[in-house]
Amino acid sequence: MNGDTLDNPGFRLSAIHHHVDREDEVRFGFWVFLMSDAIIFGLIFATYATMIGATAGGPGPKKLFDIGSVAIETGALLLSSFTFGMASLALLYRSGRGVVIAWLVVTLLLGLVFLGFEVHDFLTMFALGGSPDRSGFTSAFFALVPLHGLHVTTGCIWMVVLIGQMLRYGTDEDVRLGVQRLALFWHFLDIVWIAIFSLVYLGGLA
Amino acid sequence: MKQMSLTHVIFGRLALHSLPFWSALQHPTLANIVNDTIASGAAGLVVVGAAVTVGLITYFGKWRYLWTEWLTSVDHKRIGIMYIVLAFVMLARALIEAVLMRTQQAFGLGGGFLSPEHFGELFSTHGTIMIFFMAMPFLIGLINVVMPLQIGTRDVSFPVMNSVSLGLTAAGATLVMISLVVGKFSTGGWSGYPPYTEITFSPGVGPDYWIWAVSLSGIGTMMTGINFAVTIYKRRAPGMTLMRMPLFTWTALCTSVLMIFAMPPLTVATVLLALDRYLGFHFFTNALGGNMMNYANLFWLFGHPEVYILILPAFGVYSEVIPAFSGKVLYGYTSLVLATMAIALLSFAVWLHHFFTMGQTAGVNATFGIATMLIGIPTGVKIYDWMMTMFRGRIRFTVPMVYSLGFMMLFVVGGLSGIILANPSIDYQVHNTLFLVAHFHNMLIPGLLFGMLAGYHYWFPKAFGFRLNERWGLASALCWIFGFMFAFFPLYALGLLGFPRRTVAFYNPIYVPYLAVAEFGALIILAALGCLVVQLVVSVRQREQNRVPGGDPWNASALEWSIAAPPPDYNFAVLPEVTARDAFMVAKEHGTAYLPPERFTDIELPRNSPLGMILCVTAAFATFGLVWHIWWMVGLAMLATIAAVIWHGFVRDYERVIPADKVRADHLRWLQTVGAIHPISRGEELAQENAGLADLHETAEAAE
Repeated sequence: MNGDTLDNPGFRLSAIHHHVDREDEVRFGFWVFLMSDAIIFGLIFATYATMIGATAGGPGPKKLFDIGSVAIETGALLLSSFTFGMASLALLYRSGRGVVIAWLVVTLLLGLVFLGFEVHDFLTMFALGGSPDRSGFTSAFFALVPLHGLHVTTGCIWMVVLIGQMLRYGTDEDVRLGVQRLALFWHFLDIVWIAIFSLVYLGGLA
Repeated sequence: MKQMSLTHVIFGRLALHSLPFWSALQHPTLANIVNDTIASGAAGLVVVGAAVTVGLITYFGKWRYLWTEWLTSVDHKRIGIMYIVLAFVMLARALIEAVLMRTQQAFGLGGGFLSPEHFGELFSTHGTIMIFFMAMPFLIGLINVVMPLQIGTRDVSFPVMNSVSLGLTAAGATLVMISLVVGKFSTGGWSGYPPYTEITFSPGVGPDYWIWAVSLSGIGTMMTGINFAVTIYKRRAPGMTLMRMPLFTWTALCTSVLMIFAMPPLTVATVLLALDRYLGFHFFTNALGGNMMNYANLFWLFGHPEVYILILPAFGVYSEVIPAFSGKVLYGYTSLVLATMAIALLSFAVWLHHFFTMGQTAGVNATFGIATMLIGIPTGVKIYDWMMTMFRGRIRFTVPMVYSLGFMMLFVVGGLSGIILANPSIDYQVHNTLFLVAHFHNMLIPGLLFGMLAGYHYWFPKAFGFRLNERWGLASALCWIFGFMFAFFPLYALGLLGFPRRTVAFYNPIYVPYLAVAEFGALIILAALGCLVVQLVVSVRQREQNRVPGGDPWNASALEWSIAAPPPDYNFAVLPEVTARDAFMVAKEHGTAYLPPERFTDIELPRNSPLGMILCVTAAFATFGLVWHIWWMVGLAMLATIAAVIWHGFVRDYERVIPADKVRADHLRWLQTVGAIHPISRGEELAQENAGLADLHETAEAAE
């Protein structure tokens, strides 16, 4: 078992070991899942792009969108990515369970702020006659943006579960892997949101 | 005014008229009685079949065994076997439906005996089952059993997720089976095109059954793709570089990558259609800005890669079977790898050829037509490679080889008809006719199904430790091959004569002789299925005479043959070190196979997990509730799903250790068994003496 034999080349990213590196494997698996999830978002973005004009005489972006509220959502979500980064660093440098949990709670609160404003946006749109059954355009909007919201909701539940696991087991390998994967997920959702903000909101109001 | 009565809250849309014999009771016309008798008979079969299965398991007291050894097992081999069992059950149903449709058309001059709705349900379930619940489980099962053994690992990367994938697929299949008993399935075909499947034109539960069954299968398959791809990237034995992988593993990798990228479009298409139907969205409706072309694009963005998801593993099987039964090294390994990758890539660039006639410009059609024809090149390379592998080989006409030969000849015919269809101007003439039906069955039966059945015969001794009966296998293979030719070659002619697909009845007597021949072929195929069943029964009865404890009955070259048959839970006592392609053959030639390892270590294996079965049940209830608008059931099942996943996150003690001493004892006992086996030459491998040890002198001679 000498170190210089070519051991599992290709996508084997970690150091040369003869046993399977479980952490590396789990993280890689989650990256692959995110690729698949990115396809889902990409397709719904494409569907939205084809349906921007399909308002069927109903309200369009200019009437329905409130850029002020969306700006707050964007701020909250971007800030939450930063605070999640702080949680990851606390975990990496083993600053203690309390610090990790504190940063995760801040992230969770920012996530909830985002979701609260988003729900408010949707209710406003309903009141303005922009419910999803109104037109192809509103349908596409309500497939794309709430899908992201659903992802954020899932992320929030996951965060609560991880905090629960941390209280029960401390920061064991499974918790660390969980936080690492949730971090990927959370930052991925940030990137998707930037695309939504640019394409749907800025593009719609331009 | 619709009132929300208590029964409606409890049962949703479910009522007495959902039962298959209801309309015959209410309106006893001859047509109703015939159709309902067939439907009720099928429903009765499902109910009786399920009841008998449950009864037998209870009678023999096997519930605990079933639960601990199979349903909750996360062993890739057992999960693979369960997938294949599911595939065979669903194959039986969908094949009987096919024979029913052929019979209807054979007697369809001026009417026939089936109602158009019943016929529509039949072709919709036939296609949906054959693709999602026969072909996919079959190939996923084969990859599950074989691929980890070929790359020299003890399990897949995510064993519990593997079990969840199986659970979701099984839930989808259950939903399709339930649709036989309560309610009616979609009549919108396996592709479920809106606006026909929208609520305006199909207000019943049919499209909902289709949507949720297919969605469950799609999500399960996407997870399978992730699992297999990560396993292949991360878990190969030391020294197994990508270009040393057996070709079946290569095709498994390409198929997995296709699953990761091609299943999302299916999920998006079905979920958007569900939003239209359930919440009044306007994605694919005729009014208010809906656009059904989006559906066509989304569906075929999945649908075309899907046919390569189906065919590539079959190519992998042929690439294992043909060298093994020709006694030669696979010819053109590198070109086969490149061809597989090329097909996987091109598969994403041709989806539009499924709707040449739906209004694109000539330029767009020509582009996709050319891309489609390009796929013929790498496929042609493969056919030549397999032929060259056979050239001057020591060929034995075993069952897998007969399937492979049938495949090579018939698949080329199907491929040529595909090249014809790839020309948009010809496609305008024959699209939506039986010519198309003949073409894709010509690809999928000799291509996919023959490959799966060849793999089933080839690896059965590895999975279960005994060989299948050769005589009944040969009868089945010949019935498949000739039955296929009789059943589908007339369809090419019928298509050219203008016979539209999915037609319940016709009024031109010129079609009758062709349809009669096709009916004859369908009956031969039914006999092929019967032979497969008999073969399994006979083989199980004669298992003691046909055991292959040595594990290498075909003198084959990949690592799965280097271990006992059936393999131990942990597959390899010591993980193999790979120094070359065809690792096991090289070891046999160098005399290093069957040597006792220097030292053994403790082996960690994943413990059983009930998560897959829990999610199977909750998913089945959730989707059944969605179909029938039983909202409390949907809510409870969703909550149970989330609770189960969260509970799983809190599980810590998920590995068990097999001590090194036990591994040593098992392995040395197996080596002792091997030492006592009489080695057999290639010519004798069908004889009873074949206990799974190849004559190594012959191997060494072949190497020189």
